[in-house]
Amino acid sequence: MTAPARETAAHALDISHVSKRFLVSGRKMLALSGVDLHVDEGEFVSIVGASGCGKSTLLRLILGLDTDYEGEVRIDGVRVKTPGLDRAIVFQDHRLLPWLNVRSNIAVALRHSPLGKAEKAERVDAQMRLVGLERFSDAYPAQLSGGMAQRVAIARALVNRPRFLLLDEPLGALDALTRLRLQNELLRIVRQEGATAILVTHDVDEAVYLGDRVVVMRPDPGRVATVLSVSGPQTHDRSSPGFIGLRDQVLALLGVAYNGAELSLAREADAREAAPA
Amino acid sequence: MNFTVALGAARAKSRPGAGPGLLSRLVSKLGASGWRPWLAPLAALLVWEIGAHLPGVDARFLPSLEAVAVRGWRGFVHDDLFHHVLASLGRDLAGFVLGACAGVSAGLVLGFSPLAQRALGPTLMTYRQISLFAWIPLVSMWFGGNEAGKIAFIAMAAFQPTLVNSWRGVAEVPKSYRELSNVLLFGRLGFVWLIALPCALPQIFTGLHSALICAWAGTVGAELLFNIAPGIGGQMNEGQQLFQMDRLLLCILLLGGVGLLFNLLARAAERRLLRWRTL
Ligand SMILES: Nc1ncnc2c1ncn2[C@@H]1O[C@H](COP(=O)(O)OP(=O)(O)OP(=O)(O)O)[C@@H](O)[C@H]1O
Ligand SMILES: [Mg+2]
Repeated sequence: MTAPARETAAHALDISHVSKRFLVSGRKMLALSGVDLHVDEGEFVSIVGASGCGKSTLLRLILGLDTDYEGEVRIDGVRVKTPGLDRAIVFQDHRLLPWLNVRSNIAVALRHSPLGKAEKAERVDAQMRLVGLERFSDAYPAQLSGGMAQRVAIARALVNRPRFLLLDEPLGALDALTRLRLQNELLRIVRQEGATAILVTHDVDEAVYLGDRVVVMRPDPGRVATVLSVSGPQTHDRSSPGFIGLRDQVLALLGVAYNGAELSLAREADAREAAPA
Repeated sequence: MNFTVALGAARAKSRPGAGPGLLSRLVSKLGASGWRPWLAPLAALLVWEIGAHLPGVDARFLPSLEAVAVRGWRGFVHDDLFHHVLASLGRDLAGFVLGACAGVSAGLVLGFSPLAQRALGPTLMTYRQISLFAWIPLVSMWFGGNEAGKIAFIAMAAFQPTLVNSWRGVAEVPKSYRELSNVLLFGRLGFVWLIALPCALPQIFTGLHSALICAWAGTVGAELLFNIAPGIGGQMNEGQQLFQMDRLLLCILLLGGVGLLFNLLARAAERRLLRWRTL
């Protein structure tokens, strides 16, 4: 390989200079503009950003659902062209198939798995236990609450033991208590499976709590504003000063400011972005 | 197990106006099965009955309800009316099965294949605009005015609603499900079996349901307009020629009754097969 020594070669997932345009009522609209993001194996990356800043679009590109964009999305240096079993997603809407019961909804994801029949059944059972829905294996999606449906979607995404787990606001529809419980579950599952996780969320607490890094995106056009590292043990303690500081920093970057200091932080970020242009 | 129990309890709770009294329970039960649709036909029967007994109304033109009932009793018990009903039903069934199979198949092909849709879509849209009865001369030339012609005509009546509905059902599978199918690597076959067909099934059923009704209407049409043969339509022809109003009205009541029965059967089948929708 005579390619220039890229630092990107070391990453599991490389998103380089990705721009995506949509044709909206005859006009090209820039949904993503020059997005750069490099994710290491086993990392947990949270993405926050205003509605419409292209978070779901970015996940679709990583999945390989859409290859019509500028820039590159690479896994282990190889360009992503199609969806694969190494990547799984929990969609923003749970997107369960209403005509299949819980068990079948999870099992369909194993259609192309090389596992034997018994092994598949075993896996599905294990996933249902994991998300606490083993009693509902014969229920249909219409019989589930929003949170339960979302848990089935998580189980379906996990059943192939994907290398990359993409989560598009997976806990958005849940009540606060279930959400806290599932956040811990998610963290445990991802660690246990050794997956690389990319979580889109509107909940800044959640982003800081779960992420090794927090990517803050801004709209018009959708772009990465800042990437914050969440390091140190205090970040898993929601009441620690470190956690609160980081959370407020993210909120400020999103334009939600409580006081002058944070507001100026947001202004600074804006100024930094505006400078090169 | 206890899940189903909980579900049943929840459903019982959600039923409105389920009071403790026998009468209110009966009313709510009727309400659940829909008593309102019965109101209009009952009123029509009542108006008919009152009208028939008004002074100055000629019983030859408007026979009373009891006259028609007597005619029906005699027809079924002493005469071969039952065989005529069976003959109509057999014809209807044959035409329905032929037409519905052709319609669903054609609709699925159109829905799944953009090429077929481009090639045949406009033609079939034009075909929809042509009244079914416009085909009668042609059908009777091609298939004759006897059994084959009648069944072909009934099949045409069943073809159209099944075609349109199954076509639309498959074509209107949401994009989000296509995306899911891609992410889960379903492939074309998996997409068809696991997503498109079940997703389109309610719409296909709507088509079959209306085909059932169209075919029944087509049966009477064919029996009235093609060569006279055993069947309810044949009976009507005879009744008309012999000026037997009670016989004509009896036939109309029979047609309505059978249509109603079809409706109920279709709805029950739909509820059973599409259980996941109504849970
Ligand atoms: N298929 C499409 N056609 C046209 N425009 C699209 C399409 N999909 C997304 N967009 C546009 O791209 C932008 C980003 O959409 P996207 O769904 O990625 O936002 P998001 O960040 O996920 O928002 P949210 O937080 O509300 O889910 C939006 O302005 C949207 O209008
Ligand atoms: Mg989104």
